[in-house]
Amino acid sequence: MIIELGHFALILALALAVVQTVLPLLGASRGWSGAMAAGGPAANGQFICLAFAFAALTYGFVASDFSLRLVAANSHTAKPMLYKVTGVWGNHEGSMLLWCLILALYASLAAIFGTNLRPSLQARVLGVQGAISVSFLTFLIFTSNPFARLEIPPMNGSDLNPLLQDPGLAFHPPFLYLGYVGLSMAFSFAVAALIEGRVDAAWGRWVRPWTLAAWLFLTVGIALGSWWAYYELGWGGFWFWDPVENASFMPWLIAAALLHSSIVVEKREALKSWTILLAILAFGFSLIGAFIVRSGVLTSVHAFANDPERGVYLLAIAAIFMGGALTLYAVRAGAMEAKGVFGLVSRESALVANNVLLAVAAFVVFVGTVWPLVAEMAFGRKLSVGAPFFDMAFTPFMVAIAALLPLGALLPWKRGRLDRAAAPLGGALALSLCLGAFVWVTQTGGSMLAPIGAVLASWVVLGVVVDLANRAGRGKDVATRIRRLRHLPRADWGKSIAHAGFGVTFFGICALTAWQVEDIRVAREGESFDVAGYTITLEDVRGMRGPNYEATVATMVVTFGARDVAVLYPEKRFYPVARMPTTEAAIDNGILRDLYLVIGDPQEGGGWAVRTYVKPFANWIWAGCIIMAMGGCLSLSDRRHRIAAGAPKSPRAAVPAE
Amino acid sequence: MIRVVLLLVFLAVPAFAVQPDEIMDDPALEERARQISQGLRCLVCRNENIDESNADLARDLRLAVRERLLTGDSDTEVVAYLVDRYGEYVLLRPDMRGANLILWLAGPVMLLGGLGIAAFYLRRRGTREVQPAALDDEEKLRLERLLRD
Repeated sequence: MIIELGHFALILALALAVVQTVLPLLGASRGWSGAMAAGGPAANGQFICLAFAFAALTYGFVASDFSLRLVAANSHTAKPMLYKVTGVWGNHEGSMLLWCLILALYASLAAIFGTNLRPSLQARVLGVQGAISVSFLTFLIFTSNPFARLEIPPMNGSDLNPLLQDPGLAFHPPFLYLGYVGLSMAFSFAVAALIEGRVDAAWGRWVRPWTLAAWLFLTVGIALGSWWAYYELGWGGFWFWDPVENASFMPWLIAAALLHSSIVVEKREALKSWTILLAILAFGFSLIGAFIVRSGVLTSVHAFANDPERGVYLLAIAAIFMGGALTLYAVRAGAMEAKGVFGLVSRESALVANNVLLAVAAFVVFVGTVWPLVAEMAFGRKLSVGAPFFDMAFTPFMVAIAALLPLGALLPWKRGRLDRAAAPLGGALALSLCLGAFVWVTQTGGSMLAPIGAVLASWVVLGVVVDLANRAGRGKDVATRIRRLRHLPRADWGKSIAHAGFGVTFFGICALTAWQVEDIRVAREGESFDVAGYTITLEDVRGMRGPNYEATVATMVVTFGARDVAVLYPEKRFYPVARMPTTEAAIDNGILRDLYLVIGDPQEGGGWAVRTYVKPFANWIWAGCIIMAMGGCLSLSDRRHRIAAGAPKSPRAAVPAE
Repeated sequence: MIRVVLLLVFLAVPAFAVQPDEIMDDPALEERARQISQGLRCLVCRNENIDESNADLARDLRLAVRERLLTGDSDTEVVAYLVDRYGEYVLLRPDMRGANLILWLAGPVMLLGGLGIAAFYLRRRGTREVQPAALDDEEKLRLERLLRD
């Protein structure tokens, strides 16, 4: 009964989405205030319906209702409760329902918090958002209905893919979807502004929080996925340039560009039409990503549903929304008149450079991702584009961004002078170069990767420190500086922290790539061996039973000289229901290095294959992502996002500094 | 019946690539073998290089690479040997010949184009100085009031 109610709520949500599309858009063009006001309640109603449908599906999974086709295919009674719940979105249909739920959530938030928008703009935003909902809900209901029943329910389900039974991956999709779908808000605002033919500072201020939220969720989602790959795949890779990874990375890059260009719209009323274009493209890449992941046109490690019908539908959605928005853009973008004037050397120019680099980097990733398809269709060449291409073609853009960032962040708005902006950075530059030289001297042989990474990363982080020191006021006493730092807007702190996070991730990637130590060998029980100064002893190997798997567990003792470092238990698991083996690496996490142990197959001559990795600064990669996301959160909590654009300042802010 | 694969299917799991018995005695040769392997695609896997893949074919290819290295082939000769047999599909880094130039030049050309457009736009802005509109009387009055407060 609950399932049927959920099914009904899903269909009702589609009906409400149609209302949310038609009434506000019609009302806004005819000036009917009643019709415009219908958008909010329709959005809220749609959200409530979808929340109920999602809860009903979750109930189906928790109660192991195998008469549901989806539950039978993706769950099992012996599965731990956490994974019964997260299994709801561990499949195509359930994840699409989550996607729709988040779409409705954003529309609902825009309805609740958007009351101080111009009514016509809010109505149009909700209308466009409703149109996106309609397209995805029809896709869900007509091609991938999660509530489809089985005529003859099986006794038990066929279990969730064991690789997905992991906390890191369980929460990876919701964050990614919050990001992907969050970009739909930026899209809706862009299209609404194009229809209105009006983009001003208030628009920039309105678009920013949504983009910021989407970007920070994408950051967390991508970091979770990468962290999961690191510990789950058995050899500690963290990024593969796989089409599906690229599908999440392209929107991230464009969202990062949009984040920066919308600042220019907000503060200086320039770059308007470019920002609109980015907002359209960011969501466009989300849609292309959905198509890549769910159509199976590109061979990927993460092959999701391989269904041409679904692929065609998703391609149609992407084509309609992108085609429509870009046509509208072509017709209307000329009307966006820029107001702010700025010189060649200015913060605005630096942000333009940031945008060019990020956008072209995203374009490179896009070309590399689709090239195998294009080459086969257009030139009849069957070829591969893999990590070596992306490493070569993409990395220079990140290097350029890291090199320009500290200078750009210090340049004043409107018009600046390079020498004046660069002067305070002299110390940071010298210190970074010293650090690079030190790294170069201490490493024995090896590439220039680590020294260059160290120089750029410390340049970025020290640049942030210099920026903050400048804002605190040079030559003032300590108390004044601290007070001034404390009163800096949160957006400024967010910027500093996010930039520092970028530096940390940058260094982590370079250091790990350059300095990783690997050891592959056969070890017998009781045998010891040395890797990079650590002594590792394989104590014993035993069989074990988990709730829904069987495991081979090794006990390995790690010492460094006379010091005990850790006792680690790498596992090999076998999930009988899904008939799949998995590797559970044992990792001793550290700030300076991770020790990464993997137990392999028993060897013919006795002993076990054992892999040992020392991974320097591995955690810095994800720590940097978390720092970036924290910077995003801080910026999101800035008071200017909480008050209406153009509203009078609160009396507290007007009190002069004593 | 159209049976759709509903799950994320990771075909190449667990990636337990290079086995202890494959490793060559000469560490320099082994290092070269690893470098070469990382640039070659496992043909039966989904987007994995043969160094990481755990498929049998990948193992055969790894052994083939090592065999060629032992006979004294240079790195390019080893790669050419495999491309001869399996086609350019095996290369994870496509060559720069023919249509692939589009792939390789896309980034640099876009960057130059983007910088060119940006420079043009910025220069035009710089020269077209817009005079801020003069304040009318009412605004002047408001400004005075604000400044007095």
